[in-house]
Amino acid sequence: MIKLLGILVVAVGFGFRVNALVVVLAAGVATGLSAGLPLRGVVALLGRFFVENRGLVLPIVLMLPVVGLLEKHGLQERVGALMRRSEAATAGRILWLYQALRGGLSVLGISLGSHAGMVRPLVAPMAEAAASNQLAALRAEGAAKARGELSAADSARVRAHGAAAENVGNFFSDDILVAVGALLLVKAFFDTAGVPVTLEQIKLWSLPTALWVLLVGWWRYRALDRRLAQRKEDGP
Amino acid sequence: MNPGLTLEHFFALVGLFVAVVGGRIALNPSHPRRRGSAAFWLLLAIGIGAGKSLPNELVGWLVLALGGLVAAKQVAAPHFAAGGAEREVRAEQWGNRLLGPILLVPFIAIAGGFVAGSQVALGIGCLAGLMAALWVTRDAPLAPVEEGGRLLELLGWALILPQSLAGLGGIFAQAGVGEEVAKIVAATLPVANPLVAVIAYCGGMVIFTVMMGNAFAAFPIMTLGVGLPFIVKANGGNPAIMGALGMLSGYCGTLLTPMAANFNIVPVRLLELKDDFAVIKAQAPFAVAIWIFNVVVMCLCVYRF
Repeated sequence: MIKLLGILVVAVGFGFRVNALVVVLAAGVATGLSAGLPLRGVVALLGRFFVENRGLVLPIVLMLPVVGLLEKHGLQERVGALMRRSEAATAGRILWLYQALRGGLSVLGISLGSHAGMVRPLVAPMAEAAASNQLAALRAEGAAKARGELSAADSARVRAHGAAAENVGNFFSDDILVAVGALLLVKAFFDTAGVPVTLEQIKLWSLPTALWVLLVGWWRYRALDRRLAQRKEDGP
Repeated sequence: MNPGLTLEHFFALVGLFVAVVGGRIALNPSHPRRRGSAAFWLLLAIGIGAGKSLPNELVGWLVLALGGLVAAKQVAAPHFAAGGAEREVRAEQWGNRLLGPILLVPFIAIAGGFVAGSQVALGIGCLAGLMAALWVTRDAPLAPVEEGGRLLELLGWALILPQSLAGLGGIFAQAGVGEEVAKIVAATLPVANPLVAVIAYCGGMVIFTVMMGNAFAAFPIMTLGVGLPFIVKANGGNPAIMGALGMLSGYCGTLLTPMAANFNIVPVRLLELKDDFAVIKAQAPFAVAIWIFNVVVMCLCVYRF
């Protein structure tokens, strides 16, 4: 039971909103020590996994100069101007389309984007611009007490859903056609355990959830659109 | 493609970029946390750029030092003024050409993925995107460092959270935390009942993924501890159905946990959201709806096919 000390540290740390990096490092040291590893051994493990997983920062950091430079030159404003031409675009529809596209390409084993590469520079500004268009359209129709700008809270809500579209699109359709990470892991696990399972069976039974996820997305993004429209009518 | 080009070259490049950002902070007297922030980024530059040639223990102490700087609140980003009107003018001037470099990156990364490793291809794609962005905007070569540095400081400590979590996961595995949790689940729930076994397995995948931040880590442990003995062996369930839906249930946990920092915390910083849990809150209804669907499908099908 003492081994679970690290989990307790994480739960308490996150519960009290202590900085996540500090919580995680403390939990690592606590778990290692409570499992009887020497301090220097625990520290060396932290170092080893840090070095082995440097690949995690690569796609983020290499993308920052590109995105930063283009933003300095008005990328987000340009994306917003493009969206203003389309009356059919709503924040929810854009996010649903991105999730479907991300998932569709993921079926083919193609990883289209990421939070740094697609969501921050393109998807989030598109959805935000569409949301303020919806607002402007409502105001033109004379909706009561409409506000001029997307409120900071609504804007944050739209952006958070942009990150959700990326994650949901990324996660739930990668086991269907091309054998990548998760699929191979499941197959390899059953092979090792001596349980006969074919890749085709696993792929087949991953399909219903992938389709369901599109429906769930449609529901959530429609709820987002409705919420945005309601806020506009409430007004300050 | 140059066969001599490896990921290590890109790590050195990232290290250099982070070092330049750290150096610029050190030389900026108006920075709110000048010394601490400069130390943070310069140390991180060493860890990323030269990590492979340093002893693991040294890198470990370095990571703990980074954590110490963050705990002591010595790392902060200055307030960056937004140049709104100027950007509008430039956006007008450059037009759709601004979109080109962003779309070029995934294109090269995907095409190059067939020739080189996918991460190397993505690195090449980013460099090509940078060249294209410089060409389109005709800006000075130092401008991307300055603008990229602005975004890097916004990310701050969240940048190294995914790597630290990988370390925590590795230590959990060495200490045998997973087996302990699977034992508790199997011992406390009446898993002999076939439907309870499904719910315990799918629920365990979520809880375990939430704690570890990674469904891949949860899968072997939950499947060995609960899935195989109680769903397959005791009740004759179909292992393929169980495995596929079990993994997908784990992903629902990934949507819910700050431990999956790469997916849930890094974007909070990248999108400049105030609430650390904003992305998780947006994803929670997704996770619940998808998890319930997985459980229902598994209950209906796993003992039938």
